[in-house]
Amino acid sequence: MLNRQKFLSAIGNFFADPVFVLIRRELNAYFANALAYVFLIIFLALAGTMTFTIGSFFERRLADLQPFFQFHPWLYLLLMPALTMRLWAEERKLGTHELLLTLPINLSTAVAGKFLAAWLFAGIALLLSLPLWFTVNYLGHPDNGVILVSYLSSWLLAGVMLAMGSAMSALTKNQVIAFILGVFLSFLFIASGSPIVLGFLQSWAPAWALHGLANLSLLDRYDQMTQGVIGLDSLLYFALLIYLFLQATIVIIHLKKTA
Amino acid sequence: MLVADNLVKKFGNVAAVNGISLSLKPQEVLGFLGPNGSGKTTTMRMLTGFMNPTSGSVTMDGIALADNPIAVKSQLGYLPEGAPLYLDMTVLDFLKFCGEIRGLHGAYLRERLDISIGLLQIEEVLGKRIEALSKGFKRRVGFAQAILHDPAILILDEPTDGLDPNQKFHVRQMIKQLSATKAILISTHLLEEVGAVCSRAMIIARGKLVASGTPLELCKLSPHYHAVLATAAPSVLKLLRSAFVGNPLVTGVEEVRVNNKLTAIRLLNHQPAELLAAVNQAARAQNWVFESLLLEQDVLDDVFRRVTGGDGRHA
Repeated sequence: MLNRQKFLSAIGNFFADPVFVLIRRELNAYFANALAYVFLIIFLALAGTMTFTIGSFFERRLADLQPFFQFHPWLYLLLMPALTMRLWAEERKLGTHELLLTLPINLSTAVAGKFLAAWLFAGIALLLSLPLWFTVNYLGHPDNGVILVSYLSSWLLAGVMLAMGSAMSALTKNQVIAFILGVFLSFLFIASGSPIVLGFLQSWAPAWALHGLANLSLLDRYDQMTQGVIGLDSLLYFALLIYLFLQATIVIIHLKKTA
Repeated sequence: MLVADNLVKKFGNVAAVNGISLSLKPQEVLGFLGPNGSGKTTTMRMLTGFMNPTSGSVTMDGIALADNPIAVKSQLGYLPEGAPLYLDMTVLDFLKFCGEIRGLHGAYLRERLDISIGLLQIEEVLGKRIEALSKGFKRRVGFAQAILHDPAILILDEPTDGLDPNQKFHVRQMIKQLSATKAILISTHLLEEVGAVCSRAMIIARGKLVASGTPLELCKLSPHYHAVLATAAPSVLKLLRSAFVGNPLVTGVEEVRVNNKLTAIRLLNHQPAELLAAVNQAARAQNWVFESLLLEQDVLDDVFRRVTGGDGRHA
């Protein structure tokens, strides 16, 4: 009995934590206007279209979700900055950051709460694509382990891009600029290992720099992960990027409100 | 008690606030006066922990804001300039959010919500989205948020700015009511506010304190305080002037002109009662008719102009 009480009170404490209160507010804010629904519809429509057209889902005659996952980085390139552009830019434009940051919470709590809400929302979007997984199982015998890993990888990639978008949103009051900066930064990290970028640099950049740049690429690591190859270094790299860009968000907000 | 010691805030090489100190005691309403851009908002932002000072410190009951911001912030209620709010939320959701993130919950949260909502008279808009509210209601919601957690200290940045006279009256009534249990700091550039609600006032200009005291003490800084002001036809005023120039009770004579027409004469002095009696006596003897004859009391605007350099002397 006592343990049950302890458990319930622990749950109560968790939901009363400022981070959770903030996540709830932010998630409600997404659904309070059309943004959430527009986002979900666009994500599902684009992901579906790409899977069945460019991805040749049926023509491949393979029971897997590779055609679905392979376009996520490019889809996220536009959709994740759209999700994060308002995070801090809107707060600064309305002046509500003055209200938020004079509440008895740490700046890191505020940054984490807003980021986690966006990440959970991206998770909801991914979950809404589950019927595709069921369909593949109905049509054949896919490797469900790989699909599960792919879902987690996609969510992790979304997290990295949301953290980048969060930092870019902290830089400006203007949501459009926040969006463009977010797209640009994400593109740098996605495309840094692509043949186009490497080919462009090959003529003058030293080999070690090219190698380093190729290693920064999110695309390579993501492709490996969606094929079921999870390296600890890739997981750490994604986690490190999320951490670094959230720290950058904290520093930017701190500098902006003081300057 | 909230104490700020020698607060300095520099933006680049420019000091927006340059050595402001203040202390705020319970049951006190301290008015923070100054022209626009004088550093009022920046000072309040440092007091509430939104901005870190370049130098100087803020302490509350001995706890330094820099050492333990969460403990200090939890005792503060803050209405930022313009009362920013989350426009996409309903009033009730917003107030609940503010309460919950401050750690209020259950019966106590409900009790505090009831009290704040009742005090601000916002029952009728609880279910409305904040973006749909009038300016007056938005300000009241911002106010409700500031007092929700029953803070010991309230910091209100221009709480009546942009409100109509009825709304201003209501907000001032509330400040008076709340001052029974709290220490309140309000910033304003409306001088009528000081007489209406403040027990003490500080005037700042260009980031520095230039005058402080009770409203009466501040008024006494003006030579116009208790001057005899006579309004009459120009011919009468000219007679009055020539009769009292050189009178030992009179320390100076000023003309008040409207559209270059002489409308009143102000007799500066140190013995208002005696001078007023002398003017009355002369008026009866000479059959002068005054439109009005009074001792000036409300001279804060003159004090404000003098100490902030608005009279051109410091410009």
